[in-house]
Amino acid sequence: MSTVAHEHDHHHAPTGLKRWIFSTNHKDIGTLYLIFSLMMFFIGGAMAMIIRAELFQPGLQFVDPQFYNSMVTVHALIMIFGAVMPAGVGLANWMIPLMIGAPDMALPRMNNMSFWILPFGFALLISTLFMNGGGPAGGWTMYPPLVLQLGDAFPFLIFTVHILGVSSIMGAINIIATVFNMRAPGMTLMKMPLFVWTWVITAFLLIASLPVLAGAVTMLLTDKYFGTSFFNAAGGGDPVLFQHIFWFFGHPEVYILALPAFGIVSTIIPTFARKPLFGYASMVYATASIAILSFFVWAHHMFTVGMPIKGELFFMYATMLIAVPTGVKVFNWMATMWRGAMTFEAPMLFSIAFVILFTIGGFSGLMLGITPVDFQYHDTYFVVAHFHYVLLTGAVFSLMAAAYYWLPKWTGYMYDEKLAKIHFWLSTIAANVLFFPQHFLGLAGMPRRIPDYNIVFADFNMISSIGGFAYGISQLLFVYIVIKCALGGKKAKAQAWEGAKGLEWTVPSPAPFHTFETPPKLTKSMLEN
Amino acid sequence: MTSIYKKILQVLFLATLPLTVLADWGLNMREGVTPISQKVYDMHMVSLWVVTIIGIVVFGIMFWSIFHHRKSRGVKPAKFSHSTTVEIIWTAIPLLIIIGLAIPATKLLIEMDDTSDTALTVKAVGYQWKWKYEYLEDDLTIYSNLDEKSVELSQRVDSVNPMEHPDYLLDVDEPLVLPTNTKIRILTTANDVIHAWWVPDLGWKRDAIPGFINDNWTMINEPGTYRGQCAEICGKGHGYMPIVVKAVSMDEYKTWVAEKKQEQVAAAEASSKEMSMEELMTKGEAVYKANCLACHQANGEGVQGVFPAIAGSQLATKPENLQAHITQIIYGKNLMPAFGEQLNDGDIASVVTYTRNAFGNDTGDVVQAADVAAERK
Ligand SMILES: [Cu+2]
Repeated sequence: MSTVAHEHDHHHAPTGLKRWIFSTNHKDIGTLYLIFSLMMFFIGGAMAMIIRAELFQPGLQFVDPQFYNSMVTVHALIMIFGAVMPAGVGLANWMIPLMIGAPDMALPRMNNMSFWILPFGFALLISTLFMNGGGPAGGWTMYPPLVLQLGDAFPFLIFTVHILGVSSIMGAINIIATVFNMRAPGMTLMKMPLFVWTWVITAFLLIASLPVLAGAVTMLLTDKYFGTSFFNAAGGGDPVLFQHIFWFFGHPEVYILALPAFGIVSTIIPTFARKPLFGYASMVYATASIAILSFFVWAHHMFTVGMPIKGELFFMYATMLIAVPTGVKVFNWMATMWRGAMTFEAPMLFSIAFVILFTIGGFSGLMLGITPVDFQYHDTYFVVAHFHYVLLTGAVFSLMAAAYYWLPKWTGYMYDEKLAKIHFWLSTIAANVLFFPQHFLGLAGMPRRIPDYNIVFADFNMISSIGGFAYGISQLLFVYIVIKCALGGKKAKAQAWEGAKGLEWTVPSPAPFHTFETPPKLTKSMLEN
Repeated sequence: MTSIYKKILQVLFLATLPLTVLADWGLNMREGVTPISQKVYDMHMVSLWVVTIIGIVVFGIMFWSIFHHRKSRGVKPAKFSHSTTVEIIWTAIPLLIIIGLAIPATKLLIEMDDTSDTALTVKAVGYQWKWKYEYLEDDLTIYSNLDEKSVELSQRVDSVNPMEHPDYLLDVDEPLVLPTNTKIRILTTANDVIHAWWVPDLGWKRDAIPGFINDNWTMINEPGTYRGQCAEICGKGHGYMPIVVKAVSMDEYKTWVAEKKQEQVAAAEASSKEMSMEELMTKGEAVYKANCLACHQANGEGVQGVFPAIAGSQLATKPENLQAHITQIIYGKNLMPAFGEQLNDGDIASVVTYTRNAFGNDTGDVVQAADVAAERK
């Protein structure tokens, strides 16, 4: 990108390491976020491989139970906060200014800071694995009193959560400021691309929920070191209070991971169906409804704590209600495909797989929302299968789709379509071999977060592990495809995809270092939704 | 190398298992043995069928579209982008479906919540990592530990094969004995961290939370042994604290309670007697396996940074620390729970003797029940 000749030479970008460390350019920071999240995806993935290796057969073969628990815990923290969220922020950084015709993000220096504190946060988290007493091992949900038994790693865990929260809140503020102030003339809110809409709503979720998490973990800190008893029954507190506060953050967090995915898929399916998105307005309203409802369903994560029956009924009804706007979205994607003229390049394949597999995760989610039956499903592998369908074949698949879709815009070259299709099929088959049998394991009675199990669970665990290893190895292919694409290949046109709509396709590929320094003139066809 | 070879053999052996245990392949939820578990199963099946049918319809339409509406077949894309009628229909239908599911779910939940008119109350207390059961009416308390065979097979060594034990990690030394055809109230709580009490055949699980008591009930129709596990992560031994319910007729239950009480009185008497070094070591090893091994490990080396080693430790080797050694077991320290309530004097005496002479500690110290009794306040 630095080799692209500029019309304005007063904006010389620094080169080498300095370019990346001091960058305030939304494209560079977007790239940093994306590369960082890919690295975290592999670190978190390596931990998943350790988990699946240990569960390959009954008995303890590779790790001790305590280390197993810390793998379960840190895998989740890294995948949620290190892989999926930063990947979403990276896409937002790269694409939102291009999509709304803005020259950059509204707060470029803050943008730099919100990225660069992330590597320190994760260095801190990973370093806890080598501390006296081992890494966090009580689950990513950090429930007291168990989390308070953690050794030296405890304050580092809390501080990591604070750092990641600060980073995400700054990112969210930036996105909101950009979208509300820097849209090209003529781009009203209801003309914005759906990806921008989903990200604005996500940003509000982040701002509303992350401070709550920060408060909860700070209360843990004072309980451990300063003699408070927020969560200690012996001192008049309540361990369940933590769960209420945690999930008040935790459930919106699920949608923080999922809403940008909805935006990505709503961008890609119309492109490859060569037909406008069905029900744009209802998509916006459905996204907003899901976001609002997400603040009223938190206790469905804790039906078994022993709430009063009125509470359980309220949270059951509210949870089931989310199926309605989510259903609207799935039906709209289906209707967008209906009577289109579809082609099936890698972004489209990943998007279609997303719609189907995310919906399967939604189905198990509806089942989990039915309180009396959740008493059986809760904390079993049925839940593990459910959220991996939503987060891996959901969120991660949409990120893969986005990467293939915009790689030509980022690098200026088309990626290797044949390899990308192989990557798609390997990933899809492996992910289902990995997670589908876990439904059976959960129903058969296998609790989650256990390092060892009875012989009756042996066969499905072995199948699941084989799927896990296959999925892990297939992702190396993705890295190869990305590097190959960055280094060269078929030149990409400004409009890399025949059916693509939107401002990002009006600038050359690769997108020059500075774009839209004067606001673009929007034509009528560009504003069609 | 040989261990890798052995692992490959184990894997090959495992690969032939699907044929032998096909009948055991659990694919679906268990129907269980209580009126409630049957209703939970029915509710599960209804919701499973509902989502399956929705899935078939939605994915069917999508695949039909994928096969027919493709550019390679020369179709021209349509232009439509919304339809208020269709959108209202597919908002209304899901709404009706979830109302249809919510009504029976509400009824079932209300039924599960009704803990009135129970004939018997058991309090299940979660410990790291075992269960204590208190029969409140019968004034009987038992502790339920992972069975000795599972303890041996769950060590991280090559010489064991968990396949040998059909109830591996699902068996205990003292099952919870309950009468059939009786409405039983089960209270759950915990001593240290949050656990969850779960027996799939009873149809529910419930958290066991320190400082709080949760109220549940069950009524078992068929005599038998029903197995479950702790369902809330509770530390290192989370996978090693199963729950076993043995349902017997009311008469058998009453006999069992009487026998158990006699047994406990006899054990308490026996434990206060003086024992030989050999007796103390044998008994001490058994007590160690059931109560100490999960943290301090089979070799007494502990887990670095979390659970201190006993082998070569100041506490277990220095003569001046003998008293402190005994009191730490009775009253606990930091993460170590107080064992004074669950182990009798003889148990504690034997395990102190054992740990002071095993793992190369070789102090030659002999501790008797009377020494322990002297430390109890
Ligand atoms: Cu437990």
